[in-house]
Amino acid sequence: MTQHINPESAPLSLKEYQQVGGYAGTVKALKEMTPAEVTNLVKASNLLGRGGAGFPTGVKWSLVPMDDNSQSKYLVCNADEMEPGTFKDRYLLEGNPHQLIAGMIAASYAIQAQKAYIFLRWAYKKAEKILREAIREAYEAGYLGKNILGTGYNLDISIHSSAGRYICGEETALLNSLEGRRAIPRTKPPFPAISGLFGKPTVVNNVETLSWISHIVEKGTEWFKGLSLTETGGTKLFGISGKVRNPGLWELPLGTTVRELLEEHAGGMLEGYGFRGLLPGGASTDFLVSEHLDVKMDFATVAAAGSRMGTGTMIILDDKTCPVAFLQNIERFFALESCGFCTPCREGLPWIEKILGAIESGNGKMEYLDILKSQKKYLAPGNTFCAHAPGAAEPLISGLNYFYDDFVSHINDKKCPWKS
Amino acid sequence: MLTEEEKKEIQEEIAQYPYPSAACIDALKIVQHHRGWVSDESVKDIAQFLQMSNEDVDGVATFYSRIYRKPVGRNVILLCDGITCMIMGYESIYEHISRKLGIRFGQTTPDNRYTLLPISCLGDCDHAPSMMINNDHFNKLTVEQVDKLLENYK
Repeated sequence: MTQHINPESAPLSLKEYQQVGGYAGTVKALKEMTPAEVTNLVKASNLLGRGGAGFPTGVKWSLVPMDDNSQSKYLVCNADEMEPGTFKDRYLLEGNPHQLIAGMIAASYAIQAQKAYIFLRWAYKKAEKILREAIREAYEAGYLGKNILGTGYNLDISIHSSAGRYICGEETALLNSLEGRRAIPRTKPPFPAISGLFGKPTVVNNVETLSWISHIVEKGTEWFKGLSLTETGGTKLFGISGKVRNPGLWELPLGTTVRELLEEHAGGMLEGYGFRGLLPGGASTDFLVSEHLDVKMDFATVAAAGSRMGTGTMIILDDKTCPVAFLQNIERFFALESCGFCTPCREGLPWIEKILGAIESGNGKMEYLDILKSQKKYLAPGNTFCAHAPGAAEPLISGLNYFYDDFVSHINDKKCPWKS
Repeated sequence: MLTEEEKKEIQEEIAQYPYPSAACIDALKIVQHHRGWVSDESVKDIAQFLQMSNEDVDGVATFYSRIYRKPVGRNVILLCDGITCMIMGYESIYEHISRKLGIRFGQTTPDNRYTLLPISCLGDCDHAPSMMINNDHFNKLTVEQVDKLLENYK
């Protein structure tokens, strides 16, 4: 997936990408396969959604009604990367826009959508420019527009550049935003595959997910499964940020261990810094600590260790960063980004941030820890309208568990031990 | 009143959607691009143009963090205060900018040259700390570098 990306130079043009085999799978899908065959192939490949939740992509597509293709249907690429600590989609968007467009065409064909949108994060200005040029090239080459490659299939792609807000990454909130509304999540069911954008059947897939499609169609399911060390197919973009020697992003097989990522690829901790824990897939995932270093990075294996793989981009907590301040920063983010629709999230998250702030500044009390722990129940899935607040609770509850002594010393000593 | 240019640009966005109100966010961004921010009058003008109520447009405008409902300076500094940038030391960059310009987050310099705002994770964590000035992205920030960068924005 990252084979043709060189961050130091401009991305491949359409012609250059074709010369290295780009669009081959897309051409094959449109010319030689029925839409159902494309969906079934992706289903058989066991491609799990790379946005964080890991839902099987082919299954998502197969929920779209295919009996009436005269109605409008939509494919939406979720390029609203805003999970703190996550920087993988930016790399793909800036590095190889045609890989994404080729995937979007094949995916749109599979569900017989004639219109696709790229919901792009506001801040990704460079990616926007690159994508607009790539889409222009794709129209010029006959991959987009009317009667694509003479097959009779029509598809238009538009870019919607957002106006901020993390909640837009939630797929139903994203659809409201794309309709020009406040980005508040919708009730499910109906699921977007039945009633999504403008009330029509819609599939929302992440950038990394869609970037796979043309490759899977071209090279097949066995090839894709063979790329992984686990049952799940494919490689994954993994990233590490924080006080390590070599922060960065790497494409590696699913199932690569946390230890290999941290020690070999990121080069271990910076000199003078010790490892305390990490959030494996962005701010909304549970902490993993030293005992988890041999956990394989895949959806099921990270879940078995009590966390989530999420976006696969890890944030490292070092021993010179206060875990309470670390969590306060994260919870402030979640409090600010709550859409405000449901009470536990709107009211609960700001209080969590205030309590963490009180503990951090030396004004905490032991009973505050019980209040924080109780949030696991109040912010549990089912008590909130969407996954935003449950996601915010993951680092909080696991952080309280693993760094409990640090919380207690803040309270007993009435100050933060990391501040002189 | 929307200018002819603004109307034309909004019309182009409307063409991307099945109905005009879907272009509400695009319209707000277009007006902000031309005027720096979105005034009450602009909200009414956009509402009329998209056949929406003023309240609906304002509801959208106030929801999104990158739509400014108050005037901002000629240059907007967006300093990432995300978790990785915190670990990598954005706070010292913030204190430096704040001292140099005499403003805190949410404030504008008296000469209207800079507004300083926090922004959530910019997706460039392997090169933290990072920030944007207007539409330009900068990373691996140091205090010295920030001084030079700010000079480039008049």
